[in-house]
Amino acid sequence: MRALSGKVAIVGVAESDQIGRVPDKPAIMLHAEAARSALAEAGLTKDDVDGLFTAGISTTELGEYLGIQPTVTDNTSVGGSSFVIHVGHAATAIATGRCQVALVTHGESGRSRVGMPPRVTPPDSLRGQFEVPYGLPQPVGAYALACSRHMYEFGTTKEQLAEIAVATRKWAMLNPKAYMRDPITIQDVLNSRPICWPFNLLDCCLVTDAGGAFVMTSLERARDLRRHPIVVLGFGESHTHAMISQMPSYTSFAARQSGKVAFEMAGVTHDDIDLAMIYDSFTYTVLLSLEELGFCGKGEGGAFVSGQRTAPGGDFPMNTNGGGLSYTHPGMYGVFAVIEAVRQLRHDYVDQGIRQVPDASIALVHGTGGVLSSAGTAILARY
Amino acid sequence: MSGYKKPLPKPDPVTAPYWESLKAHAMKIQRCNDTGKFFFYPRGLSPFTLSDNISWEPVSGRGVVHAFTIVYQNRDPAFAEDVPYVVAIVELEEGVRLMSNLVDVEPDPEHVWIGMPVEIVYDDVTEEITLPRFRPVRAT
Repeated sequence: MRALSGKVAIVGVAESDQIGRVPDKPAIMLHAEAARSALAEAGLTKDDVDGLFTAGISTTELGEYLGIQPTVTDNTSVGGSSFVIHVGHAATAIATGRCQVALVTHGESGRSRVGMPPRVTPPDSLRGQFEVPYGLPQPVGAYALACSRHMYEFGTTKEQLAEIAVATRKWAMLNPKAYMRDPITIQDVLNSRPICWPFNLLDCCLVTDAGGAFVMTSLERARDLRRHPIVVLGFGESHTHAMISQMPSYTSFAARQSGKVAFEMAGVTHDDIDLAMIYDSFTYTVLLSLEELGFCGKGEGGAFVSGQRTAPGGDFPMNTNGGGLSYTHPGMYGVFAVIEAVRQLRHDYVDQGIRQVPDASIALVHGTGGVLSSAGTAILARY
Repeated sequence: MSGYKKPLPKPDPVTAPYWESLKAHAMKIQRCNDTGKFFFYPRGLSPFTLSDNISWEPVSGRGVVHAFTIVYQNRDPAFAEDVPYVVAIVELEEGVRLMSNLVDVEPDPEHVWIGMPVEIVYDDVTEEITLPRFRPVRAT
């Protein structure tokens, strides 16, 4: 695994032309716009692309729309973590010579539902038989169930969960692309509409329209490209279940495995991480991920995020784009966590005051998919 | 014609004995005979050993609340009028967990707690389908 570390770089990143509310574009166009802009940023063209990675739609649809016939195709689709997992898959494909330039895209019309497949669960599917009849709203109810167990086992409070939403909103206030930019307080989170106990509205991610993409190639080739290369030091992935009723433990998940593998491969420690992009579908997702990735001990996540520690100017910069809670979340978010980590490591925000994490050189990106089902972790570094 | 408007499970050949046991108000789940351990949901083989050496066994229908949520908002019209209601993960005495609803209890986090003893209530929602729901065990 160490042989793959540091060999491949992310050389271009982009969102779709608009994000947030985009009622005039189908989901696949959001993929396409992001792909076009990410390639342009890298100084590459679609004809350079020979590795195609996406989730949510088929790579065959993506390749058809963009006019790309790949040598490597990877449709790993395990929820919002997929795009973080694609970082590792693409790095492996490039480092082993199976392809030269990898394009990873995402696009979802989550809010406007233009060009999106219908959401149906067949009644004879396992979820149709063993979960759907009981009326659990998905995915929010699933995360709420899991969170109830963390509160029971460790005394985690709603106030501690709210700390995450408040700190993340402060980052969103610095990001003109963020969907929600009004300041909020812990009391605002607690007073917001109850959705599924213990979650209130502001514990939950947004539902937006957005696309995102990034381009990867060998470090050797990256040195000649337009932007400062951001190298992939380590990556890991895992999953434990598909249905929340089958989750082995509600206070532990696949991040424990994906994070351990990523850190070992990268050869860095938690103290080396300057910036963490932690998938925030719900406040609890973040709290649990921080524990499982080893940034704090088991059950200590609530204390770890208290005192606005993850906010701008805090000693643990996290979700610096405003996250899925306040920036954008079209249904699957992982690609946007990668994009922001790359921009921070390139020092793109150096003229924007506290928006830039000072001297950011190593970032951890963590994606969670499904209902705490899957995990993908990547550790990236400024070359 | 049933007036039940919510999504119904459609049993498949492997899961049918489970649904039949509920219809008979005598829940059965599967046990792996190699390991002696129960498992849920029903499968065509043991998830512990991948062996066919499995059997259907009656269970007590008693357990405890392992995790729960109170649903305050559901955009699905089939459930929208029912809020608030409780969805729980129940751990049966036999060691398996399943999703269900709690009934005969206030849908309020002050009245539901993890570790609460519960027992099965057979809810005959249609002529074909009986859903397992759970209620607090009353003090005797």
